[in-house]
Amino acid sequence: MSGFTKGIETEHVGILVIGGGPAGLAAAVAAKKAGISDILIIERDRMLGGILNQCIHNGFGLHTFREELTGPEYAARFMKQAKELEIPYLLNTMVLSIDRDRRVAIMGRDCGLKTITADAVILAMGCRERPRGALSIPGTRPAGIYTAGTAQRLMNIEGFPIGRRVVILGSGDIGLIMARRLTLEGAKVLTVAELMPYSGGLKRNIVQCLNDYQIPLMLSHTVVNIHGRERVEDVTIAEVDEKRTPIPGTEVRYECDTLLLSCGLLPENELTRTLGASMCGVTGGANVDDLLQTDIPGVFACGNVLHVHDLVDYVSEEATLAGENAAAYLKGEVAARSEGIGITADGGVRYTVPQRIDPLSMRNEVTVRFRVADVYRDKTIAVYRGKTRLFARKTRVLAPGEMEQVKLDRKMLEGLTKDEGLRVTLED
Amino acid sequence: MAEKKELTCINCPLGCALTVTIDQNEITVTGNTCPRGEAYGKKEVTDPTRIVTSTVPVDGGDIARVPVKTASDIPKGKIFAVMESIHAVRVQAPVHIGDVVVKDAAGTGVDVVAARDVSVA
Ligand SMILES: Cc1cc2nc3c(=O)[nH]c(=O)nc-3n(C[C@H](O)[C@H](O)[C@H](O)COP(=O)(O)OP(=O)(O)OC[C@H]3O[C@@H](n4cnc5c(N)ncnc54)[C@H](O)[C@@H]3O)c2cc1C
Ligand code: SF4
Repeated sequence: MSGFTKGIETEHVGILVIGGGPAGLAAAVAAKKAGISDILIIERDRMLGGILNQCIHNGFGLHTFREELTGPEYAARFMKQAKELEIPYLLNTMVLSIDRDRRVAIMGRDCGLKTITADAVILAMGCRERPRGALSIPGTRPAGIYTAGTAQRLMNIEGFPIGRRVVILGSGDIGLIMARRLTLEGAKVLTVAELMPYSGGLKRNIVQCLNDYQIPLMLSHTVVNIHGRERVEDVTIAEVDEKRTPIPGTEVRYECDTLLLSCGLLPENELTRTLGASMCGVTGGANVDDLLQTDIPGVFACGNVLHVHDLVDYVSEEATLAGENAAAYLKGEVAARSEGIGITADGGVRYTVPQRIDPLSMRNEVTVRFRVADVYRDKTIAVYRGKTRLFARKTRVLAPGEMEQVKLDRKMLEGLTKDEGLRVTLED
Repeated sequence: MAEKKELTCINCPLGCALTVTIDQNEITVTGNTCPRGEAYGKKEVTDPTRIVTSTVPVDGGDIARVPVKTASDIPKGKIFAVMESIHAVRVQAPVHIGDVVVKDAAGTGVDVVAARDVSVA
């Protein structure tokens, strides 16, 4: 299926957007508003909206619309804009590969296998959950084990019943949200076990999804065994020490028919790797400059494919920028870029996006987003140019579950050299 | 007799541990770092409310279920009663965002509305 028809005969487009989730939609809308008419969104699912289609809970758009929308409602706002701007899209169509000349191979229900060339490509493929195979839990592999996001899709979109007695491993937001969802549908959620001494999810989700329903959160605990022949019959949970090794003698068995795993998300970057773009080992996404351009000219990235976001509002904001920059690139407004100056992340800052910045051709203001490695109290976020502190902001609490940001002014970076370097850090 | 409640403020990442003391008509909040925490603590012990979201089966639609939500927040104590009223309905495609799916759910005076469009298959 396609919309606002750009026939499937198309061989060439100005901007090709891969992924029709909130990132892809916002990028396409921004590029269109910036004057590019020749855009195509490619989405492998049967509908636009991405992960938001299954996120039926409220809590989206607090920043953008000052309203607490559900995921589908937030997506609908952007779909409406895309529709009004008549931005063409293809559904049930998967991008298989891209090369450095931006030749994109696609496979679709209606168009079969074909190649499209694009002047610019925006990567907006989102992320997926860490698969079960990546977690080393001993025991049998009966039915009744799902990643939390798969359970969310099955339940919310297909209407499939998940289970009656549930244990959740991992306190990421999807796990927390599913704990409430299952409880409301009549299941008993026995506990949420979290390996780390802190939760990976947002505080509001712990309060409104667990505390509201008296679901215990067991920090520094993990599942050490799964039992069951055909279906899960029980799981064993044990406490872990500082090295995250289970402490013998602390095992407790929980009788249950379902185990949900909510152990983190990984950007979906197979395509980006086939493209040969330079990747960031920490985020799992591409390395980008301040225009959100990868090291392959004309290829931009935004949203969860670039780094995992906790708030969709920031996804939309980032994607808008990627769309505008891709449009500027097409119009020849992006000066030839130097390889840029790397931003160093240290002192508890795990990474930054962008990873590098070109002080000569940057915009007047650049937002640098990052996450921290641990829970920190009373730290100052600081940005250094060489030995000079450009920026400092006191914080009371920083947590790995929440994305942080600082804004850098073009004026601050005038004449910045590689030797000086730029550094984002935390200090006392 | 004064009653004490331990809460976590959710208004910012700090997540202050609040102690709310209810003494006849007097409510005091301690442990908050800013006034937003006090307001949250008072509301949580006097009139806690939540938005409830779920899904409802759709007949003849291009998708099997339509997401729904309470049009505004409802008293926390009514969550399960509202869920029961949601479980009792089915809808027929087409559905439009904002369509009322359950009128005055569980006597809260709040409607349950559709959160997306569903076209006819
Ligand atoms: C379960 C969950 C709960 C969340 N809860 C909240 C919340 O309460 N509040 C909040 O603000 N944020 C929340 N978030 C965060 C926010 O919703 C996401 O960060 C946001 O949806 C990411 O948007 P995206 O467009 O980058 O990715 P997605 O929404 O994942 O979209 C990516 C799209 O790309 C498509 N795609 C991928 N590969 C290909 C390919 N090769 N070819 C064609 N198409 C492809 C996918 O099908 C998908 O539609 C949540 C996220 C998740 C996962
Ligand atoms: S009381 Fe104020 S500072 Fe503390 S969590 Fe609430 S909003 Fe944040």
